[in-house]
Amino acid sequence: MLINKRLILAHFWLAFAGFGLALLLGEWQMFIRSPLHAWIGNPELYYRSVTAHGSAMAYVFPTLVAMGFGYAITEAALKRPMIGPRWAWLGFALVAIGTVVAMVPVALGHASVLYTFYPPMIGSPFYYIGVVIVVIGSWIWVALMSVNLYAWKRDNPGQPVPLAMFSNVAGSYLWAWTAVGAAIELIFLILPAALGFTTTIDAGLSRVFFSWTLHAIVYFWLFPTYIAYYTIVPRAIGGRLYSDAMGRLAFILFLIVSMPIGVHHLFMDPEVGSGFKFMHSVFTAFVALPTLLTVFTICASVEIAARLRGGKGALGWITALPWRNPIMLATAFSFIMLGFGGAGGLINMSYQLDSTIHNTQWITGHFHLIFGGAIVIMYFAIAYDLWPHLTGRALASFGLMRLQLATWFVGMMVLTFPWHWVGILGMPRRMAFYDYTDPALAAQAASVIASVIGGAILVISGALFIIVLIRGQLAPRVDAGPYRFSVAVHEPRRVPAALNGFPLWLALMIGLTVVNYGFPIANLAALSNTAVPIVPVGTGR
Amino acid sequence: MSDETAALSPRDKWFRASVAITAGIAIVAAAVGFIWLPPFQAGARFQGVWNAICQAAGLAQPAPTAAEVVTAGYKTTGVVFTPGMFQGAGAESVGRGATLALRCTMCHGARGMSQANSPNLAGQYAAVVYKELRDYKSGARTSAIMQPLVVGLSDQDMRDLAAYYDYLPRPPAYHPASAGPPPEIVVSGATMRNIPPCAACHGGLDNKTGSPWLDGQPAPYIKAQLEAFKNGTRRNDISEQMRNVARNMTPDEIDAAARYYSSQPP
Repeated sequence: MLINKRLILAHFWLAFAGFGLALLLGEWQMFIRSPLHAWIGNPELYYRSVTAHGSAMAYVFPTLVAMGFGYAITEAALKRPMIGPRWAWLGFALVAIGTVVAMVPVALGHASVLYTFYPPMIGSPFYYIGVVIVVIGSWIWVALMSVNLYAWKRDNPGQPVPLAMFSNVAGSYLWAWTAVGAAIELIFLILPAALGFTTTIDAGLSRVFFSWTLHAIVYFWLFPTYIAYYTIVPRAIGGRLYSDAMGRLAFILFLIVSMPIGVHHLFMDPEVGSGFKFMHSVFTAFVALPTLLTVFTICASVEIAARLRGGKGALGWITALPWRNPIMLATAFSFIMLGFGGAGGLINMSYQLDSTIHNTQWITGHFHLIFGGAIVIMYFAIAYDLWPHLTGRALASFGLMRLQLATWFVGMMVLTFPWHWVGILGMPRRMAFYDYTDPALAAQAASVIASVIGGAILVISGALFIIVLIRGQLAPRVDAGPYRFSVAVHEPRRVPAALNGFPLWLALMIGLTVVNYGFPIANLAALSNTAVPIVPVGTGR
Repeated sequence: MSDETAALSPRDKWFRASVAITAGIAIVAAAVGFIWLPPFQAGARFQGVWNAICQAAGLAQPAPTAAEVVTAGYKTTGVVFTPGMFQGAGAESVGRGATLALRCTMCHGARGMSQANSPNLAGQYAAVVYKELRDYKSGARTSAIMQPLVVGLSDQDMRDLAAYYDYLPRPPAYHPASAGPPPEIVVSGATMRNIPPCAACHGGLDNKTGSPWLDGQPAPYIKAQLEAFKNGTRRNDISEQMRNVARNMTPDEIDAAARYYSSQPP
């Protein structure tokens, strides 16, 4: 039962429009830095593009997907009209306005500081204000998810919350808490400098606050993907979810261990003590737990579907799967990329191994493989699955969908594997210019060209995706029926209070954040001589 | 809400198990990270459990008293720049600067445009003029001509002079097309020799606080300064930035950069 279809479609279309533009910028960046193109002569243009690409892909695109998908889940899973659609439109408007406010100064070259802000560099205040507006818009979504959940629980005492809604609200709570770090950094440290109230900034403290956001935000991006694994995939391929409780446990674990781990982005920074770095490293390792639980549960669910379709043997059932089904294909591609990306992540999270790949193209390869690959390919699957229910029109281009998903997978592999490789060779990331005529860099030229080709394949795939959706908007009207989520092998009749609500897990999330971040932040905030002069960016004379 | 808060009671088995497991992991991780591992690190600073904990927690500690403080064997610049340092210099400051500048006209021209291969000062950033005057006065930068002239200048005099030259209009930047594209060293630097592009600080691509604007400066002056940085006779650059750059530049690159920046309207 989807009622606010225009609201959800608006979120998805704005998300995918921003995604398409940012995708073009990404490939342009690859191309002009490669041996295929002469040095453009102005690094500022490159950094301007990276700032736009990163801000759109990290702050706007996944946030809008999570919001739109969240509203769809609220209505479809709770089977009743959503409370507060006007507030939802306000949240959408804030995200849209914030995006414009942030992107205009970036386009003018007044805020080429990259989406990670990099204090003491300081750009136009409008860039930061725009990002804050986007976050405020998304917090309206967080509040709405919570209000809708509790209204439903009040009307259905003792009933298990549907898994889709449970995980959706978990994702919104994670986002609410993880965004606090960057919000503190922006409002109390960066904006006073950008607005001219101070001329110095505590760059170390700023970076600690940003790390608070920087890693858990990845799990916020990941939530729609994992929700799709559990609540869309088994239904779409004609099977059943192996375990409902396992799903709840996985999302709860993400809620707890996503937060106290961000300092693994600061292993090479001097301002945090080695003891805390070790603790963050340990908790980062535990993030593998919910992912391994998920891989097990989804593989088991897929096997159920295969055996229901007549699959036999220890591994022979794999051939019985509906491989021509785009959702099946997307899930398989997503798992492969998640596997490789996760393996690379084990290097990043290890306190010592990290030093070999710190700030190299390995990192760029890693997060593109995980986010751009494993996560975004499931965003495509979510859109394909929801589209007929949102537009009331058939989405019939199955061949095109399969081609789109396959090109995205191939493109992402061809883009990121050479990136990992040149990273091991020592190629730094976020550099505007590489002199491939130098013998020390010449060996990397072929790998970089391969990456450019991978990026070009991704651009083609992105265009195919938009074409499929537009064709869906123009197709003849059909009745797609009610939107359904996966059914578990054993549907929950009663679940323990702990697995049906969040107070305990939110308490643990906040408690662990305080344990792992409290002292480093207090220690840095108490030091008096840590501020450095700001470096204004793009302000001209 | 009883359903909600039930899980928060210490009697709930989920509460007991989850809190115990989480706390157990945190305690073991902390014991390893704060007590067991620190002594394996080199150096005597990790002796003793309490000291190890403090170090691993990242507490700032004063440098060991026995350590030798390294200082340069020559006078270094004492100027510290902060953004906005010269904002808000009024017309009064410019006027005082114009009067004081009368004694500079012999070399730097009546309106800051030199005819004598001395630097053009018209339109130069206030921060740059102020810093060089301060360095001449402190002896961080040496010149038989400039040093006697700055002896009597107060800090306010130097700020006024800086404001005046900042106020004067710049000559238009002019790089004749016939001179070809800007040299590699200006727009790209030499990454593998650790030389950033000249234009990244000195105008063209970007400006950095304290770096002079070089367009239209006389070629002999630019060349002489690069060579002075290279052979260490000029040492007032902050953190040896220019000395490190100039040392790695070839004579051809020095010539190319000087020629490019000096190209003037005919």
